[in-house]
Amino acid sequence: MIITDEIIEYVSSLARLDLNAEEKIKIKGEIEKIIDYMDILNTLDTADVEPMSHVLPAVNVFREDEVVPSYPRDEILKNAPDSDEGAFRVPKTVE
Amino acid sequence: MKDYEMVIGLEVHTELSTKTKIFCSCTTEFGGEPNTHCCPICTGMPGVLPKLNKKVVEYGIAVGLATNCSITPYGKFDRKNYFYPDLPKAYQISQLYLPICRDGFIEIEGKDFKKKIGIHEIHMEEDAGKLIHDPIFDTTRADYNRCGVPLLEIVSEPDFRSADEVIAYLETLKAILQYLGVSDCKMQEGSLRADVNLSVRPKGQTEFGTRTEMKNLNSFRSIARAIAAEKKRQIEVLESGEKVVQETRRWDDDAGYSYAMRSKEDAQDYRYFPEPDLAPVEISEEWKAEIRATLPMLPKERRNKYIEEFGLSDYDAGLITGIKALADYFDDVNAIVNDPKEVANWLLGSFMRVAKEGEDDSFRILLDPDKLAKIIAMIKTNKINRNTGKDVFFAVWKDNLDPEVYVEEHDLAMVGDDDLVKDTVAKILAENPKTVEQYKGGKTKVLGFLVGQCMKELKGKADPGTINAMLRESLK
Repeated sequence: MIITDEIIEYVSSLARLDLNAEEKIKIKGEIEKIIDYMDILNTLDTADVEPMSHVLPAVNVFREDEVVPSYPRDEILKNAPDSDEGAFRVPKTVE
Repeated sequence: MKDYEMVIGLEVHTELSTKTKIFCSCTTEFGGEPNTHCCPICTGMPGVLPKLNKKVVEYGIAVGLATNCSITPYGKFDRKNYFYPDLPKAYQISQLYLPICRDGFIEIEGKDFKKKIGIHEIHMEEDAGKLIHDPIFDTTRADYNRCGVPLLEIVSEPDFRSADEVIAYLETLKAILQYLGVSDCKMQEGSLRADVNLSVRPKGQTEFGTRTEMKNLNSFRSIARAIAAEKKRQIEVLESGEKVVQETRRWDDDAGYSYAMRSKEDAQDYRYFPEPDLAPVEISEEWKAEIRATLPMLPKERRNKYIEEFGLSDYDAGLITGIKALADYFDDVNAIVNDPKEVANWLLGSFMRVAKEGEDDSFRILLDPDKLAKIIAMIKTNKINRNTGKDVFFAVWKDNLDPEVYVEEHDLAMVGDDDLVKDTVAKILAENPKTVEQYKGGKTKVLGFLVGQCMKELKGKADPGTINAMLRESLK
């Protein structure tokens, strides 16, 4: 599969990555290699193989519905780059 | 202009009334100071591990069984990736490929329709936080108390053709969820939300038109208004030779119109992939059977019971059982007075009027059932007449007063003194010779006037039926 410049633009914008020209060329090569590897995998006949949805053999890992006290708000906001009136403050976001 | 038909599908989100969030043990309580119901898991700190609340799965199975769905024996969660500060992880844990329920239906009916609405699927997911715009700093404040509250998203098939059908479906679904006790379904608090997918097409055309998705609908009334407005807008677009653009629109109920939303639309590529932090969910036949055994009587069954056991009409039974609180109240009152038709008449008349008063869709019951039972008993034992009974009801409703005490204090009991009633009838007849003459001349309609005069004289504290009979007897 050919990875075009448009694909690189699109994928980096989805990932919110701001790449310079040099990085774009480097990443383009890396993505091409990954996709080529997928092409090799695609040559295998997997008609009789169940798709794997999880790597661990565990199922039904549950919690009971019992309340545990939440964290103090100061602790929660410690990692916020900016906060105000007990809330995380972020750039203006309007729907 | 061509004749157009609407096609609507609904996505209903219902917040589950579990005590804790879906992936952590923080409380789901509504409100609270911003970010006080939070922990590293629901605020998306790196390296934390979500753990699924078992109750959410149980509720999901219950809703699926109650809506005739097949339950997915082996399900899992997926990540829906998007950048928006209402979700601090930059992804929502949801279910795309193997949702918990599929292929169900709900039966709805209204004045001129009775049909099945297909349920495409039901999936479990986490709710997002709340964003509050700060006009002073021109920034946005994020509150994650609601982040991680469990949701079921119930996706219908595009089976609706009118707003009435949509409202009937929502009312039926709401009743089912409330009967199951899985959600309180308060639209004004956001615990029941509906997104409307709507398109129009010329009548007779089989392909669907281009649809839009409408968000921010907070009441049944705003849903009905938004549907009417969007239908009109799309028809105007098509009639002017333009094309409807597939987009998400936000309804402004005050302005009565919707506008296209931007933000998420620019890159609506969610890049779903299996959630690696959560183990798959296996639902055995045994587990399903266990939950099926605990299902309460659902609205439809209860309605049939009311028709068969109590002899109520299909329509009345439907109205009462359509609201769980009302049906429970009916049972409580009827357990005391044992007169289902009388209780039904009260609930569907005066009672419904005051209980549904108000702007929102909420239903308030302010009077204890034993107190309504007392009013009914006083009427049946001829202590008060029916009109007085209604007056008493409206007087005691709001403050949950004791109707017997109220009747006592306001001296509303009927005159027990038969002689007084007889004397009054004689007096009124003597005072109205002309009317008496008219009656005897064949104008029997004037009897009503005489009854009225007697009731007035007795300050309403008599049985109009008795007076009516006495007057007839005297005028023979």
